[in-house]
Amino acid sequence: MQVQSMYFKRRAAQALGDEILQANLAKFGTAGLAQLRAQAVQAYGPEAFERLRTAGAEIRDRGLAELDTYIERFEREATRRGATVLFAESRAEACDLVLEICRRHRIRKAIKSKSMLSEEAGLNEALDGIGVHPVETDLGEYIIQLAHEPPSHIIAPAVHKSKDEVADLFAKSHARPRKSDIGDMTREAREALRPHFLSADLGISGGNFLIAETGSGAVVTNEGNGRMVTTLPRVHVCITGIEKVIPTLEDLATLLRLLTRSATGQPISNYVSVFTGPKGADDLDGPEHMYFILVDGGRTNLVGGDMEAMLRCIRCGACMNHCPVYKTVGGHAYGWVYPGPMGAVLTPAYVGLENALDLPHAATLCNQCGVVCPVRIPLPELLRKLREQQVERGLRPRTEMLGIRVWSWVAQRPRLYAFAARWAARTLWLLGGRAGRIRRLPLAGAGWTIGRDFPAPQGKTFRDLYAKAKRADRRAAG
Amino acid sequence: MTWMEFFDSFWFTQRKSTPRSGTGRVLSFAPARIHCNDMRVGLFVTCLVDLMRPSIGSAAVKLLQAAGCQVLVPPTQTCCGQPGYNSGDRRSARALAAKVLGEFEGCDYVVVPSGSCGGMIKTHYPDLFEGEAVLLDRIRRLGGRTYELTDFLVNVARLERVPGRFAGTVTYHDACSGLRELGVKGQPRALLAGVPGLRLKEMDECEQCCGFGGTFAVKFGEVSAAIADRKCAQIQASGADAVVAGDLGCLLSIEGRLRRRGDGETKVLHVAEVLAGEAP
Repeated sequence: MQVQSMYFKRRAAQALGDEILQANLAKFGTAGLAQLRAQAVQAYGPEAFERLRTAGAEIRDRGLAELDTYIERFEREATRRGATVLFAESRAEACDLVLEICRRHRIRKAIKSKSMLSEEAGLNEALDGIGVHPVETDLGEYIIQLAHEPPSHIIAPAVHKSKDEVADLFAKSHARPRKSDIGDMTREAREALRPHFLSADLGISGGNFLIAETGSGAVVTNEGNGRMVTTLPRVHVCITGIEKVIPTLEDLATLLRLLTRSATGQPISNYVSVFTGPKGADDLDGPEHMYFILVDGGRTNLVGGDMEAMLRCIRCGACMNHCPVYKTVGGHAYGWVYPGPMGAVLTPAYVGLENALDLPHAATLCNQCGVVCPVRIPLPELLRKLREQQVERGLRPRTEMLGIRVWSWVAQRPRLYAFAARWAARTLWLLGGRAGRIRRLPLAGAGWTIGRDFPAPQGKTFRDLYAKAKRADRRAAG
Repeated sequence: MTWMEFFDSFWFTQRKSTPRSGTGRVLSFAPARIHCNDMRVGLFVTCLVDLMRPSIGSAAVKLLQAAGCQVLVPPTQTCCGQPGYNSGDRRSARALAAKVLGEFEGCDYVVVPSGSCGGMIKTHYPDLFEGEAVLLDRIRRLGGRTYELTDFLVNVARLERVPGRFAGTVTYHDACSGLRELGVKGQPRALLAGVPGLRLKEMDECEQCCGFGGTFAVKFGEVSAAIADRKCAQIQASGADAVVAGDLGCLLSIEGRLRRRGDGETKVLHVAEVLAGEAP
């Protein structure tokens, strides 16, 4: 997928002006995923859930500390059970591997369950390019595939669309009478998808986790499409990032408890599919050939560096569900596959700091994301680190750097500072007039007054008032 | 004497021989002078309060005195360094952190009428001195004695009777840093409950960010104002006469948006102003 993250500001402005989108984003309001999570945490017991988060973070750290060992173990176990494990250094290479598999097995149609890595790599376009028709089977992914749009949320890809928009889209795409009931629309999508499930010869899934101990992949879905994609077609490809390897099945159990509660507030998703190797001699179903494609795509660059904690991410979406910025502008503003706080860290980390300059700054550092992250990724700290890296590499605008440096330079000289503050307090107070507020500020302040007045200061600095009061005290005492 | 030293000889006050450590100029400020045996509480006013709303500083002094503290206000204090820190400029943040250390190290406690600046000193300063064992230790000890104002009044000074009174209903906005970095949640509410005439009425999503975010508010003004708008709607829906919070940054953002929305009625007050009866 093409990276548009340089244009966050423009895209955010568009999102703010899009009334339909703004109405759809209200889904994140008082009855949204954040509230479902809060209820689930309450039911689980808040303290127990905190312990679970700690356990989750430890499991992920343990896996990442010896990533190479666990990847090797995964490869050995998966291969022993009849699967083929392939490695791709880049996203393009990952696409090539899938296309190669398509050619080898003479694939004509592929059904897909949700895979963010496939979005990263632009796999659907690549498949189309060699005449293989990819069909997204996750309902949300299916909707945005029909609409030719990228996902706007990592677990609810079509959350930016309203029921009415989907109804119009279905009527047009399915050439059937327009339906307005969600149940009817879902049935219609199911009817449209069923022939694809039965006729596809390749199933492409993502992988929420790869279990080193058994060489298995695990996928979490609510619609059952993941189960069908991984069992019905004669070839199954599981494509995911190398960082998804976890040591044991026991670890999977712990992480699943965290993942579904954090994502949708469910104690467990409707389906958890764990797939290990192709169909065996005694198995009734399953693919004849099974491939795992483990993609690096910039991930090893994060190992051992400032951003390593980001590799713990289990893709639950809780950070965006709780993010004031995400909830205001939606996922498309972020300009690549991953939106919200995790996207604001991952995008510059994967596609380059210079290609996503705004993202680390497009956060209020309110730390809502940090306190809900199931694996305790310190997202605000990572965003701040990215800001530091931008400064170190000279990527910030000169005026901004000058502003900060002048500020701190003056702030280190108390008398100069007192003088400047006295002058500023006085000037802004005068500008505020009788109403005590300023409707338009110049220079950097202009950003503030786009949508807000600037309350004028009281006119005198505290330091001056305090010194004066002290002097008066002394006179009274003396 | 270089021209820079000449310049600084005027603009620095309380200039002393300058112990240098690591990079940059540090510790060029004398520790606050101590006279008394009481609980010596250093008030870190914050740059925003100093410049924009000194009544909050006066209110904080009044509250601390009401709690029996001896209040020290080091006159050379300026900014905690957060703007630089959050903009990725560690060097300037570190310089200002060292300055705060020098100014407040002599106090028994440091009290800040802002969760954001308090959180900076308490939770982020150590990050700036990583690998400098001696300074790091001193910074950690300073952080251990640093409190957000309401937290200090409730948990350290145990203030029983607040001097203020307020006729009307207020709703409390939990500013992010105070809430999530310092655990400020029950303290301001407990104190507000003791203000004669005041009724607290909670708004929906009181823990939701107001959209201020420091430089975020000017860099992404439109997004910031849109987030503030949601907060304002919740404040208005609560029907309270005033919205109260513990961070001036948030208050400026909320007040600015309320007024732009055409709400000239709802008062926007710092918790210290309400508790001290110093609401402007």
